[in-house]
Amino acid sequence: MKELKISAIENGTVIDHVPAEKAFDVADILDLDGIENIISIATNLKSKKVGKKGIIKIGGKILSKEETDKIAIIVPTATINIIKNYRVISKAKVRLPERIEKIVKCFNPNCITNKENVVTKFMVIKENPLRLRCEYCERVMKRGDIRLI
Amino acid sequence: MDFKGRDIISIRDFKKDEILYVLRMAKGMEEKKLPELLKGKVLATLFFEPSTRTRLSFESAMSKLGGKVIGFADTSITSISKGESLSDTIRIVEGYSDAIVMRHPVEGAARLAAEAASIPIINGGDGSNQHPTQTFLDLYTILKTKKTLNNLHIGFLGDLKYGRTVHSLVDAMSHFNARMYFISPESLRMPEDLLEELKAKGIKFVEETDLLKVSGSLDVLYNTRIQKERFPDELEYKKVKGAYRLDKGFLSHIKPDLKILHPLPRVDELSPELDSTPNAVYFEQAKNGIPVREALLALVLGAVK
Repeated sequence: MKELKISAIENGTVIDHVPAEKAFDVADILDLDGIENIISIATNLKSKKVGKKGIIKIGGKILSKEETDKIAIIVPTATINIIKNYRVISKAKVRLPERIEKIVKCFNPNCITNKENVVTKFMVIKENPLRLRCEYCERVMKRGDIRLI
Repeated sequence: MDFKGRDIISIRDFKKDEILYVLRMAKGMEEKKLPELLKGKVLATLFFEPSTRTRLSFESAMSKLGGKVIGFADTSITSISKGESLSDTIRIVEGYSDAIVMRHPVEGAARLAAEAASIPIINGGDGSNQHPTQTFLDLYTILKTKKTLNNLHIGFLGDLKYGRTVHSLVDAMSHFNARMYFISPESLRMPEDLLEELKAKGIKFVEETDLLKVSGSLDVLYNTRIQKERFPDELEYKKVKGAYRLDKGFLSHIKPDLKILHPLPRVDELSPELDSTPNAVYFEQAKNGIPVREALLALVLGAVK
């Protein structure tokens, strides 16, 4: 019988197929403050897909679009499972939207979004390797240039 | 094609047929005198950083079509010096005018202004990003002097890393099956992302540090100024500066009908001894700013279709 490393949740979200070293990064970007249900973060679990993987289970929480977009940027392999009454009612790989709003900071210090109070907007011009173009200053960012807000 | 109310922010916003349409309209402007076309219209020129030629050529274009110009060329006398946001400044000025031309030192400022305003915004340069009216006049000059934009071998020389006019023209010329030659010192090469984009579009290009290795293949050479402040030390700057100076000796390494463009101002990279040669078209290029800007103003103000 498969040993369950962390306990199942009754209702909420399970983020799976996170590379082990990214598990805490994913936890960092989620708004977990104030959640009273169980939150489990496990890492270095065996995985056929990503070698060693991390998994995050959050009781009673459904992720916002902003949160899933952020996960798609930093962990494109992740899958998000929605759990209801201990059953998986939906399971989907994260997908980058065509346009990313609000959540990424432009790496160009002389971009207007870093000078005035402006909501950032980026076009995803390529997914692999990831390239985002700022809709304001038109600079193109690589994965390593990306900082989340 | 209806351009009424449209913003002119980035050459990337224009499809090939739209670019050609603007150029046809510019030709029409050059051939005709239309002193009443924009009568009663007011253009605001907001220059948050200094520029003489862009501002003056817009003022001249507007005046030739019968319109009026208001504006500032020094932010120290405006509310911006009191800390007013760009969006607020734009919302105020749009109440006084029918279109706004702006230059701003911050990249993306024109796009933000366009979001704030309901009247057309024309970008007269936003930091090191875009200067689309310059690109239209560069294209117009190439078309006028080479009689075509298609299948040309075009060299870009000088500061290819920071040169916004180069980046925009490269983007525009990629619509016309150009073969591109990027000639620059190692430290001022074309940004990687722009080269990636060209590859994805299937545009053929070469990068070269030695101008004379490729000069004989060129139909057009777009020369740019190498700015001293781009170099950490003076010695490196002096070395590079000398390597790309065009003078009469250069003419023995080119096709006779090569056209040399330069967005100006020049410093040492173009010898004045070239000015009177049929290859030098940079002063004509500057002059072409008038019909091109007349065309853009008339189009976005809905005076022509």
